[in-house]
Formats: sequence, structure tokens, C-alpha cells
Amino acid sequence: MNDTVSVKTMRDAIISAVYEKMFHNDRIFFLAADFGAPSLDKLREDFPERFINVGIAEQNLVNVAAGLAGEGFIVYAYAITGFLSMRAYEQIRVNLALSAQHRSLNVNLVGVGAGVSYDVAGPTHHCLEDISIMRTLPNIVSCSPCDWVTAESFVDFSIECNVPKYIRLDGKPLPNIYMSCDQINWQKGFNELASGDESCFVSTGYMTHKALEIVNELSQQGHNVGLIDIFNLAPDEDTLAEKLEKYTRIFTVEEGFKDRGGLDSLMRSILGRKGLNVELKSLGFADKYIFKSGGRDVIHEEASLSKKHLLSAVNNKTELSKTFN
Amino acid sequence: MNDIQKLKEKAKWVKAETLKIHKLAPESRIASSLSDIETFVALYYGGILNYDPQNVFSQDRDRFIVSKGHGAVSMYPILADLGFFAKEELENVGQKDSFLCVIPDTAVPGFETINGSLGHGLGVACGVAIALKRKNLDSKVYVLCGDGELNEGAVWEGVMFAACHKLDNLVFIVDNNQISMLGYQKDIMALDPLDSKFKAFGWETASVDGHDIEQLISALTLFKTNDNNRPKALIANTRKGNGVEGLQDHPMSHVMTLKPDRIDEILEKMK
Repeated sequence: MNDTVSVKTMRDAIISAVYEKMFHNDRIFFLAADFGAPSLDKLREDFPERFINVGIAEQNLVNVAAGLAGEGFIVYAYAITGFLSMRAYEQIRVNLALSAQHRSLNVNLVGVGAGVSYDVAGPTHHCLEDISIMRTLPNIVSCSPCDWVTAESFVDFSIECNVPKYIRLDGKPLPNIYMSCDQINWQKGFNELASGDESCFVSTGYMTHKALEIVNELSQQGHNVGLIDIFNLAPDEDTLAEKLEKYTRIFTVEEGFKDRGGLDSLMRSILGRKGLNVELKSLGFADKYIFKSGGRDVIHEEASLSKKHLLSAVNNKTELSKTFN
Repeated sequence: MNDIQKLKEKAKWVKAETLKIHKLAPESRIASSLSDIETFVALYYGGILNYDPQNVFSQDRDRFIVSKGHGAVSMYPILADLGFFAKEELENVGQKDSFLCVIPDTAVPGFETINGSLGHGLGVACGVAIALKRKNLDSKVYVLCGDGELNEGAVWEGVMFAACHKLDNLVFIVDNNQISMLGYQKDIMALDPLDSKFKAFGWETASVDGHDIEQLISALTLFKTNDNNRPKALIANTRKGNGVEGLQDHPMSHVMTLKPDRIDEILEKMK
């Protein structure tokens, strides 16, 4: 149990954990599309036979990974997440999703740069579509951790669970929200970080940090707003429904386009399937790309996803319900 | 009858069975499935591929990835003949409850991958080739690709990768039938001289008449024994719709279907 908070990138957490596994498990390959990390340097050096840089070629990254996995190897395919999920989407569809229907394929697509974590790089590097498009593929598990502890815990899960997976990592170093990997149950796929009275945030990835900040502030003012962090984009619906049913409304918070198949659509489907009469308000990007420089907060301001916007959404709703009741 | 004569007879039988499949499932791409018959026969009956129909995933098998999935119903008679599945299944291609679609997939014993979408086979084969080396297996990976399929950019990512990683256990066969869906490749995306393109990337190449089984076997046998750190490309020069008048070399043969009575007529002539 680690009871301290430290700031770290998710990629370093995953790569360091994979590196340790590679000493004991000679079936592991780590492939990269000419994309690095400080932690990758020693892996490259110590396992030259099982580290392959395929070059700037995401399509081939996925193809080579599929070929290795078909022969029984456990493969991590590492690249910038927008390029991995979108440049190589058909390779993922055909050689992983379709093929996994008849074959065991342990390919772990590890993408860096979820949401707008590559903030100043501009819209080619922003990744606002991946949750939606990856979620639509059968036979692939899609994961969206909020911190490096969740990312690290993915490694044991990735070895045990012999199917193709996609994990989208934030590009920035972030503090851990969880204190131990034991808190992460990948089958359950979510955690309730705060229990609220009427309203609850449902967030994923980086936005869990923003939502947590707001929930803590409101709590100090005596308002109990809930927070559910979704890290497996196909969470256990029965368990999740038990948590959701007590709320009047939920606010989904994501660095992704609204109403286009992302986290909000996932939650809307779950509410519908479970017959829950819970109002859903979607907080995310409107239908446009953002070309502004200046950093993540500037983009969030432009996208109506800043702390101010989130607070105002939850306050408005609370005010409204008071007026109507 | 000498061995080559027997293989020619086998190719003739495969052609007849392929035409019957087309009669049963007119959605099958008959012209594309006629240009690669001799290649399939050379691989499966000419002592090139190592396979075990009783144990389709045996570790020491050679892996054969049919990247031009649309032109592969002509492999069904061969797989059935060799016992990968029952011969009676050939009478159900494309029919209700059959596992044999007009484009083969991973549900068919003997097919390693699914390749209805073009340009995927070589990259996957690169991963397999590395895996085989890692496992210290002498097995090889073979890929069959169409010449039109070479228009897909992902193929060339694989071409670069295979050479860079010295994948000499990989054999890439191009069914160079010259025609894709809307006409001649030379008018759509001219690729000649093809062999020098592969050579420039560091590949060993050979060009043969893709309807001459003897030439195919001889080139593939040479490739087998040549562990020279280079991947191998075999340009099999073929005719789309080979051996069928009206179809053979017709620029639109890809989308042409043969009427049942025409198929009966061809089959009668072949007897």
C-alpha cells in the first residue's frame, strides 16, 4: 500500500511495470511507432530482442503486433493515441477485433495523449474521438485510467486477460488519485470516489482530477456531490446501476465530443438499459475542433469545460431543483 | 504421368471445382480466383508448404496468409481435398449455415487470418516471421497478395519493415494479374518494373510465369533454401480470369460473373 501522492506519467508507470515483467516472462514484446518515454530507454537497452521500433508506421505497428500475438506472444503496441486509434483503425478492426473472434490475441494498444493532454500541439494531436470509435468495436477492451496507479495496475490485468485491449493515457504527469493497485478492479471498471446526495459526476481520464477538485470544494461548503471514475469503458452495469440509482442527475465529464458515442453515450445507454430515471447532463466538447494555443486550461475555457463551467453546471441544476421542489 | 503432369491435372480439377463454386455463389470473384490456382497448387501439392490438416495449428507448419481474400475461393477445393474440412462442404459455399463465405475468414480451417480488406497480410506476416524466429522454428511465412493490392500504402510499411528486420523466412507472392476492379493496373497505378522496386528495398526477387507450376515450384524451392537475411518476393505473372474465354484479360473481369449455362459449357469442354 502506497499512501503518498506522487506526480508521474501514466506511460512511465506502465512501461516500468512491463519492463519488470519482461525479466520473468519471455513471451512479452514491446513495439513502438518511434515513440519514447524516459522509462523506455532501459527497456530498449535490456531487451533489444523483444523491443521493436517499427518506425512512424502505426498501421504496421498494429499488423506486426497482431502477427506476434497470433503466435502466442503478449504484445504492447505503443504510440501517440490519436494516431494509434485513428490512423490504424482498420488494422485494429480487421486484425484485432475481427480476428479475436476466432483467435486468442493479447495485443495491448497503449496510446499516449488522451483528450487534450497534448494541449499546445494543436488539434491533430488532440484526441477527442477515440472513446467513441474504440467502444464501437466488439472484442476489444477499452480502458481510460485517471492516474498512474490505475495505469500500472493495467499491466497485471493485460497479461491475465488474453484479448485485444486499448488503453488511452494522459500525456501529462499527474498525481495519483488511488493509493494502491488493489483499488482497481478491471472487471468492475469503475470506482465511486465520492458519494453524493442528488448529483454525481461521472468522469474518465484527466477529467476525474478536475471533477474531484470540484467535489472536494463543494464538500467543504457542505454540498455532497458524488463522483464516479470510469476506467474500463465497458464497466459492470449491475454494480454501476446500484451506485447510480440513488441520484437525481448525473453529469458526465469528458475530454471528448458530446453526444457522439463517448462517455456520455455510454452512460446514457446504461441508464436506459437499467431503466433508471436519472437525468443526464453531458459536459464535453461541442461539435468543433479547437485551434487555440495557451494550454489545457485555455482549451477547457473555450470548450466550456473549465472548473467554472463545471461548477456552474452543477450549481444551476441544484438551484433549479430547489426552485421546482 | 510424371509429377508435373499430375500437378497440372490437379490444377485443372481445382479450376473446375472453382467454377462450380462460382455457379453456386455468383458473388465470388471468379476472375481473381482463377489467376492464383497454379500458385495454390504449387504451394500445397508441390512440396513447398508444410501443413497438417489434422492439426491445423501445429507449431512447425508453414504459415500461409492469403492477403487477396477476394480471390481465394479456389483454395477451398484444395483444403477440402487435403482434409482440412469435408469435401461435401464445397457444395454449400455462400449458402445458409455454411462456414464457407465467398471471402475466406478465420472460421475456415486452413486460413490463418481474415483478409477481405486489402493490404493487411504482409504486415501481419512480418509479426509472424519475427515470432517464428523468436521460437527458433524453421517454418516460413508465405503471403499471397494481388498486384492491385499493392496500391495500399500499408503494404509498403511491411515491405520496408521486412527488409530492415532481415526476415528471410518470409515469402511474398504477388499474383501479378495486371487488372484490378476498374481496368488495367498500368492505367490506374503503374507499378512496373515491379521486381526492381522490391530489390531497391533490399528484397530478393524472382519473376515467373504464374501459370507454370514447374517454374513456381522451382523459384519457391530456391527461396526456401536461401537464408540470406533478405525477405523474398515472387512476382507471379498471371492472367486474370485465366483460361476462360471472354473473361481472360477482359479489363472489367473483376466484376464479371459467369452464367450457370456458360459454366456448364466450360466444364463440359474441360472434360
